[in-house]
Amino acid sequence: MTRFSFWELARKALNAHQDWGHQWRKPDPKPEYDVVIIGAGGHGLATAYYLAKEHGVTNVAVLEKGWLGGGNTGRNTTIVRSNYLWEESEGLYDHAMDLWQDLSQELNYNVMYSARGVMMLAHTVHDVQVFKRHVHANRLAGVQNEWLSAEEAKAYCPPLNIEKNIRYPVMGAALQRKAGVARHDAVAWGYARGADKYGVDIIQNCAVTGIRRHADGSVSGVETSRGFIGAKKVGVVAAGHTSVVMDMAGVRMPLESNPLQALVSEPVKPCFPCVVMSNTVHAYLSQSDKGELVIGAGTDQYVSYSQTGGLQITTHTVDAICELFPMFRRMRMLRNWGGIVDVTPDRSPIIGKTPVPGLFVNCGWGTGGFKATPGSGHVFAHTIARDEPHPINAPFTLDRFRTGRLIDEAAAAAVAH
Amino acid sequence: MLLISCPWCRVERPEIEFRYGGEAHIDRPAQPADLDDHQWAEFLYMRSNPKGLLAERWRHVHGCGRFFNAVRHTVSDRFVCVYKTGEKCPDLEALAREGAQ
Repeated sequence: MTRFSFWELARKALNAHQDWGHQWRKPDPKPEYDVVIIGAGGHGLATAYYLAKEHGVTNVAVLEKGWLGGGNTGRNTTIVRSNYLWEESEGLYDHAMDLWQDLSQELNYNVMYSARGVMMLAHTVHDVQVFKRHVHANRLAGVQNEWLSAEEAKAYCPPLNIEKNIRYPVMGAALQRKAGVARHDAVAWGYARGADKYGVDIIQNCAVTGIRRHADGSVSGVETSRGFIGAKKVGVVAAGHTSVVMDMAGVRMPLESNPLQALVSEPVKPCFPCVVMSNTVHAYLSQSDKGELVIGAGTDQYVSYSQTGGLQITTHTVDAICELFPMFRRMRMLRNWGGIVDVTPDRSPIIGKTPVPGLFVNCGWGTGGFKATPGSGHVFAHTIARDEPHPINAPFTLDRFRTGRLIDEAAAAAVAH
Repeated sequence: MLLISCPWCRVERPEIEFRYGGEAHIDRPAQPADLDDHQWAEFLYMRSNPKGLLAERWRHVHGCGRFFNAVRHTVSDRFVCVYKTGEKCPDLEALAREGAQ
């Protein structure tokens, strides 16, 4: 495979860039693998990549029922941040944040990570108290996060409206400067290319229809639309469809799948310097390198796999954006879509072993999985390879719903729901 | 936006009049003290979350204020039927077979 470099770019330019070739293979499935990963999104591909690179497990297949990165990886709003409240979450998301810093160099693939800062707006006294609590908790844990007054927030993001006469006036903001955005597709492609280089088979258009088990209960492989594929270990990284896949092994999950909507505007010149989030009025906003405003809306209230949702959800978000950023009032929206997010009762992910020997699960990322992609893959690969969790994901077990040791990020209001 | 029929009011109204109540027919244990941790986890947290027909609760918060149940397909979001709280859950497998025909 070609290593991307300036010299390679210059050399290929002589031939009008005609011979770059494919960046990963399209292999037929082998009869058996050491590890089968179900789901070729960012998290699944990152898992395969770190399995091969850090643990020497290269006899790995990543099965994908559609196309690579076509689920939530291709549908999110590309925000990367780590200012969560609880120590467990700080450890997990900040681990990912560390990996984001030099991910492009690591993968030799430009994931366009841009540390432009994520600013979370506070609109009520309650918001102010909660965000200050976050800032202090993060400071104690060594996670970057700082408090800004409304005027400082305006200075950091000039389009922001800090007038006192709006429905939800800005009372301040929490800013994480090294947070930002990354190109979501490039993350999936970079990990796919990296994993393929180590010999991992990425098999697209191959839906898993069943999980076969030995007489002792441990997994023996997966039934797929392309026939049976044997596996010593199976990792389920199926996002919104996790309940459906786990049901094939008879494991019930504490998950509900909801549509989460997003939309983009027509492209305009650079006008928006950072990422702004507001949990209270339900809006996330950033500008892509193409110039579109990328807007995250809320979840629909009901369980659904429809990858679409009610227009009242996006209307609500656009209303809020028009008030916070009056200059966008005449902007036209180009398209909207939904992704199916798997939400746990405590809004924290589940990464670890299951009651079925040889079956591992990485799910429950809810509305905020993209930011964790490198860290999630890294610790999940460790869990599968060593058959025991990495210290970072040890608290994120499926068993915590039995023991009651929940990691309650929902009540902490760090994420919008 | 979904259009939802309230079986109490006998009217069809937009979704914003209603609040979702999650999976239906999860009964509170009759003898809570007898349950072990696994059974509590099952009652509190485990959900069937099916890709297909789901019996679920809705509450007509901006109408009569009452809870009712509905069967809805989670891929098409189409309502198959609604029924009052306390009535028996329809046979989902039979409904699925009918829907397939």
